[in-house]
Amino acid sequence: MLRTIWIMWLCELKKFSRSRSRIIGSLGQPILFLLALGYGLGGVFQAAGQGSYLQFLAPGVIGMAIIFTSIFNGVQIIWDRRFGFLKETLVAPVSRVAIMLGRTFGGATVATLQGCIVFVLTLAFGFHPYSWAFVIPAILVMFLTASLFSAFGITVASFVTDMQGFQLVLNFLVMPMFFLSGALFPLTHIPLLLRVLATIDPLSYGVDGMRALLINAPHFGIATDVTVLLAIMIAFLSIGSYRFTKLEF
Amino acid sequence: MPNIIEVNDLKKTFGSVEAVKGISFSVPQGATFAFLGPNGAGKSTTIKMLTTLLRPTSGTILIDDHDPARDPDAVRRVFGIVFQDPSLDEDLTAWENMELHGVLYGISRGTRRARISELLAFVEIDDRRDSYVREFSGGMKRRLEIARGLLHHPKIIFLDEPTLGLDPQTRKRMWDHLGMLREREGITIFFTTHYMDEADRNAETIAIIDHGSIVASGTGEDLKRQTRKESLEDAFLELTGHDIREEGASGLDHLRMMHRMRGR
Repeated sequence: MLRTIWIMWLCELKKFSRSRSRIIGSLGQPILFLLALGYGLGGVFQAAGQGSYLQFLAPGVIGMAIIFTSIFNGVQIIWDRRFGFLKETLVAPVSRVAIMLGRTFGGATVATLQGCIVFVLTLAFGFHPYSWAFVIPAILVMFLTASLFSAFGITVASFVTDMQGFQLVLNFLVMPMFFLSGALFPLTHIPLLLRVLATIDPLSYGVDGMRALLINAPHFGIATDVTVLLAIMIAFLSIGSYRFTKLEF
Repeated sequence: MPNIIEVNDLKKTFGSVEAVKGISFSVPQGATFAFLGPNGAGKSTTIKMLTTLLRPTSGTILIDDHDPARDPDAVRRVFGIVFQDPSLDEDLTAWENMELHGVLYGISRGTRRARISELLAFVEIDDRRDSYVREFSGGMKRRLEIARGLLHHPKIIFLDEPTLGLDPQTRKRMWDHLGMLREREGITIFFTTHYMDEADRNAETIAIIDHGSIVASGTGEDLKRQTRKESLEDAFLELTGHDIREEGASGLDHLRMMHRMRGR
């Protein structure tokens, strides 16, 4: 069981370390957000008495990198069952749960590394964490968030089998989860409906957890963030594993 | 020779569609068995059931005396498989793909390394062992998949259209390899193909499936005699008719397209 998880995890990491284009490609969107929003809205934000928008935005942009990378990873796992090497692992005499856990945590580790790269990028844009001691725990929150959305991606993809369905997922799940999460705006002084949506959005807690640790400005509080992230991650891991063991062709 | 594959009254229905309608056949240990049929006849569905990827609706399967539905892991240790669509990890090297397979099948490190070296030499890609699979030609990928399928010393190897898209030279080379393997290890070969000459030349027993039922089985000679035809191709057409099977473009076809376009 552990041996299977380990080798699947290791393969994901090996592949990531080799794909320079993937690493560079994933930086485009964060740069755009930091530039257009971070600098573009910075003045207005400051004038409204909310402090530096770049400081506020940076954890949100890290969250963005993580949610996109991990959901695509999850979806990729299921898609691979027809063409990729997943099929080869499904006829191996090992537990499917182990395969799914190895791929999930492998993908989550990759997403976390991307998150770290974006973190370094935000430093270049002028972001500064309020305490360097909390950067490590912030990375743990990134990993937790990444695992949650990898498992989420697997669960959703196991119900969706075609291109059109995938577009649907992107437009009606991933985009809203990002934009409604409070990655881009503070969750105070917003209409009730938006507040309700942000409260049920798991990404809100990931971004808030990072904000708590990186700029010491939490909304829900780090304890709530970690508890919610853990609970939802376990829920999706369970559903995802169940769906994965029942996977047919 | 005892039978290594025993199939009895096997059925599979998807909703209201009966893909496989109660087929029975057996394959003796060490034989080379060709499973032929037009597209959509039920070949792939049958292979998926034999290889634990799909649960039968009813009927029984015994692979080396194990039931895939009840004891999938025992069955999985018995066979190796080369799928119709490539299933290598293109971003890993040939060696790493083999290594991964060996770890998943619980082969110890020393044995694993020795066997991988030997098999890569056997399929003649040992000089490319550290190249990424995405740089390989179609024929090399097929050979690597065969080598991988043999790594855990299976008693049966399933090959689902293994020579699709390969040139005659590569096809011949592949069958030479498989022939050597049979002699050396007494492995049972179960394959599907659309090339009738390939089935006629290599298989001792042929079964033809159409519309979910087995319409004929026996040696190539048997089938030709039965239909009074000169070639297996003509016998096949006589048995399965001349109609072209229209398969609706499914979501799978779109995915397959995308996959090709991504160049994997």
